[in-house]
Amino acid sequence: MKVSRRDLLVGAAGVVALGKTAAAQSPPTPSDPSKVRGKPSRALGQRAASEKPQRQPRGAASSATPHQDLYGTITPADLHFERHHGGVPEIDPKSYSLLIHGMVDRPTVFTLADLKRFPSVSRVHFLECSGNFGGRGTVAELTPQQLAGLTSTSEWTGVALATLFREVGASPKATWFLAEGQDAAVLTRSVPVSKAYDDALIAYGQNGEAIRPEQGYPARLFLPGWEGNASVKWLRRIELSDRPFMTREETSKYTDPMADGTSRIFSFLMDARSLITYPAYPVTVSRGWIEINGIAWTGSGKITRVDISTDDGATWTPATLQEPVLSKAHTRFRHLWNWTGREAVIMSRAVEETGYMQPTRTDLLATRGVSTVGYHFNPVTGWLVRPDGTVVYRTEQWS
Amino acid sequence: MTTRHILRAAAICGVGFVVLAGNRGAVPLAAQARTPAKPQATKSPSKEPATFGIGRPATPAEIAALDIDVGPDGVGLPPGRGTSADGAPIYAARCASCHGKTGKEGPNDVLVGRLPGDAFPFAKDPRAPKTIGSYWPYATTVFDYIRRAMPPDKPGSLRDDEVYGLTAYLLFLNELVPVDAVVDAASLPKVKMPARDRFVPDSRGKPKPGQPARR
Repeated sequence: MKVSRRDLLVGAAGVVALGKTAAAQSPPTPSDPSKVRGKPSRALGQRAASEKPQRQPRGAASSATPHQDLYGTITPADLHFERHHGGVPEIDPKSYSLLIHGMVDRPTVFTLADLKRFPSVSRVHFLECSGNFGGRGTVAELTPQQLAGLTSTSEWTGVALATLFREVGASPKATWFLAEGQDAAVLTRSVPVSKAYDDALIAYGQNGEAIRPEQGYPARLFLPGWEGNASVKWLRRIELSDRPFMTREETSKYTDPMADGTSRIFSFLMDARSLITYPAYPVTVSRGWIEINGIAWTGSGKITRVDISTDDGATWTPATLQEPVLSKAHTRFRHLWNWTGREAVIMSRAVEETGYMQPTRTDLLATRGVSTVGYHFNPVTGWLVRPDGTVVYRTEQWS
Repeated sequence: MTTRHILRAAAICGVGFVVLAGNRGAVPLAAQARTPAKPQATKSPSKEPATFGIGRPATPAEIAALDIDVGPDGVGLPPGRGTSADGAPIYAARCASCHGKTGKEGPNDVLVGRLPGDAFPFAKDPRAPKTIGSYWPYATTVFDYIRRAMPPDKPGSLRDDEVYGLTAYLLFLNELVPVDAVVDAASLPKVKMPARDRFVPDSRGKPKPGQPARR
């Protein structure tokens, strides 16, 4: 029996049992669909019954995108990764409001309907948790979802924060603003005002519909290219100030211990990274032509090149980038590889428009040390293709 | 739009196709030469006004109800006070089940403990606990965070005096204030935290060609 990539993936995700149950309950698929009248139109579409991509929850406070199950660059909204610090709140959009105050001429309350009356903008951007490196352990049975599932790409729609700041008469002396959520953590982060005038949004739309509850329904801050935690969800309040607020999330969390005995604070930018999503654990490949493919992204702008190595980093070849390459968005790359059946380590490394190249593990450890959490870890990683065609994560020494 | 409207629209679509097909049949294709669209007088896109007049003024009471943040300078600290003796029983009742009897046991975040010489080995020693005494740069953040987010089973339920008491107790357990210290809006910003000067803002800026690599 031929085992498909899909079968293996579903098995690895631990949903074999689920699949069997569902198959037992639904009517059998007709052997010749052209001889059976199809289903009528319906108000809400659903995935094909045999497609069961799943986020992978890690505890109650996060879940990861199944990159190994996805094509292209847009993450379906229900598979967008989650990270929250007080659970996902239920917010009535009719009673929702956003208060902007502090160093402004006109402290103002905006309802959701108010936000939607402003000129809107839609942009495709990735969002990534700065703690998105799952490759530190010794486990080789690691999927792309486990290695880097805390990044996703959506088309976000909302109002430019700059528009709102002009509306309330933000003081030119304001340098920081506090963004505060309406979740049980009442999560707060300080953000430089300059980001508001650069490209920050108050987003209410995601991939053409209202943003999902897990993503901040009904409205969230969205800071393109910056660490996900700062894009405060369920946004209820913005306060402009002339200094940062030193909240718990930006001091005791989301700071980066450095090898020189300091800790880096306000390290917002997500640096360039790439992830081979095929072939990767748990697929098995056959010798012959294999299209290596994956995603690359950077908070600095556009990906200009992704290099592929099929010999453990000895030589590198540029992959093909899927156009259009969008700024601060996942970019799909592809590379044809004729596998001879010999053991090989395949790797990718991203290069962005500033010239920055995704660093090696050695480079990062020299600067950052071996701290437990490892925010902003974006090293080049490898997949080990064994002679029997099985593929596993190439584990490395991290301390 | 009702279902009836949609059905009617669908019906019109169907009729439309028929009519079009009929027309095509009647008029020779060659006669349907497309005439270029007449250049129309277009206006430039309207400019954004300085303001749109959307939203309503926030009242001072509305702002006060939400404005709970406390800055590192103590701005935003409310009236009230507390000592470690006030905080100890609240800690035992509301916090110890997650943070441990003495704040060191977990299972959630370890809150208590100093490192010898107030060392800062976190990049080198993955086991070094990031406690209030070892890793938090500002004492004001302790008050702010407890008040807004703790305890998780009833967030935001503690009175300001209770939060001051808990803050005093946690600072005392971390040997940052004496056992009888009164913690209030005046004293809390003055507590010097061991990790205060360890935090350095990310100064790498946006990557630029030719500059050293961001690490």
